[in-house]
Amino acid sequence: MAAPLYQIPGQTASTAESATTEAAAAGTAVADPLQSARTVEEVLAQSQVSAVMDELDRDLIGLAPVKGRIRDIAALLVIDKLRMNLGLQAQAPSLHMSFIGNPGTGKTTVALRMAQILHRLGYVRKGHLIAVTRDDLVGQYIGHTAPKTKEVLKKAMGGVLFIDEAYYLYRPENERDYGQEAIEILLQVMENQRDDLVVILAGYKDRMDAFFRSNPGMSSRVAHHLDFPDYQPRELEEIAQRMLQSMHYRLSDSAIAAVHEYIPLRMQQAHFANARSIRNALDRARLRQANRLFAQKGRQLTRDELMTIEGEDIRASRVFT
Amino acid sequence: MMTNPVGRITQGQFSYLPELTDAEISLQVQYGLNKGYAWSVEYTDDPHPRNTYWEMFGLPMFELRDAAGVLMEVNNCRKTFPQHYIRLMAFDSTRGVETIVMSFIVNRPEREPGFALVRQETHGRTIRYTVRPYATDRPESERGSR
Repeated sequence: MAAPLYQIPGQTASTAESATTEAAAAGTAVADPLQSARTVEEVLAQSQVSAVMDELDRDLIGLAPVKGRIRDIAALLVIDKLRMNLGLQAQAPSLHMSFIGNPGTGKTTVALRMAQILHRLGYVRKGHLIAVTRDDLVGQYIGHTAPKTKEVLKKAMGGVLFIDEAYYLYRPENERDYGQEAIEILLQVMENQRDDLVVILAGYKDRMDAFFRSNPGMSSRVAHHLDFPDYQPRELEEIAQRMLQSMHYRLSDSAIAAVHEYIPLRMQQAHFANARSIRNALDRARLRQANRLFAQKGRQLTRDELMTIEGEDIRASRVFT
Repeated sequence: MMTNPVGRITQGQFSYLPELTDAEISLQVQYGLNKGYAWSVEYTDDPHPRNTYWEMFGLPMFELRDAAGVLMEVNNCRKTFPQHYIRLMAFDSTRGVETIVMSFIVNRPEREPGFALVRQETHGRTIRYTVRPYATDRPESERGSR
């Protein structure tokens, strides 16, 4: 090739120099609005974290240890932001989490909120949540797993990847199971692209413990283990009220008493899934209420009647028999 | 006469500019994602201007939100084909558009030998011209390794 007659700017000699100025320009182009903050209040005001935290307190009942941990994480991220503004080194903390709790304790709901909080704090860029299970990550035949897992990871970039029932990824009884491959790819991305996505593993207590025991690499890369406690009967009552409110229903006085009796009875039965059981019970109560009103064909129904769930709707449940 | 003395292939966008850094590529990709484009990575070792269909590196990436995912795929491709041309393409699926709307090269071989002009003498004094890339002089399996 003939020697060039002219030089394209930044082509050879000045490459390094131009690259740095470009990088700097790119850096300012995606400038952080929080950059000038000096106090915690300023960061909070600009990132609206406190709004999300208040919402969390208001909307989610119980779950004190979870809220406490989320507050800790939020505090660390706020302080890190301040440190960064003053030029102190603030290494991005590892925020991969595991949510461990019984069915219906709000793991998915909290994960959604977590994505919002991390987004407001500027820790993840987009703040969307991709919820997946084993089927989405693990392939059917040799060579299918890696592209599948990578595709999910690419979609989750800039947000939160929520792996529900993560212990299904690892099947110790079958040593040729493709789950192991998915775990390895996950681990690699969790380690190398910590800034790009946060992975949340969720599952039931005993099986998650077994999962982490057999995958020490996974356990050590997950910094936060959050335990979701079971709800108290009182909290479940509150949750029931909250659910009905959002559906524009309400409980009559006799229904409130019935729910009060219903919950302890339901808790003793098999397959109790905390808030999820309550939701199902309420759905059945709505069916009964509809049936009761349906029977009174000729009468004009008032707004109040359409909204109210009576004690008899609850007491018709087979829990009381 | 040499119109492109440094021998760089100029195809797609930004090809008269110095190589884009990864940060700049991310910004371009993010611009496309914000517009709802689906990015895909393609590679070739035959940079003929009429060679529009390059090899796909994986499937087009739909439903992505963040540029990091695309960049991950680009780096993966660079690792696999360090001495190939690699380009990023954005597909706009808007009804009535349904075509590639952005395309730029993100990786080049270390040496770009350029093109030869082949003259074919035909009937009378007519001459037909053909552009032939030196890059394809060698068989496919031997290209890129030097």
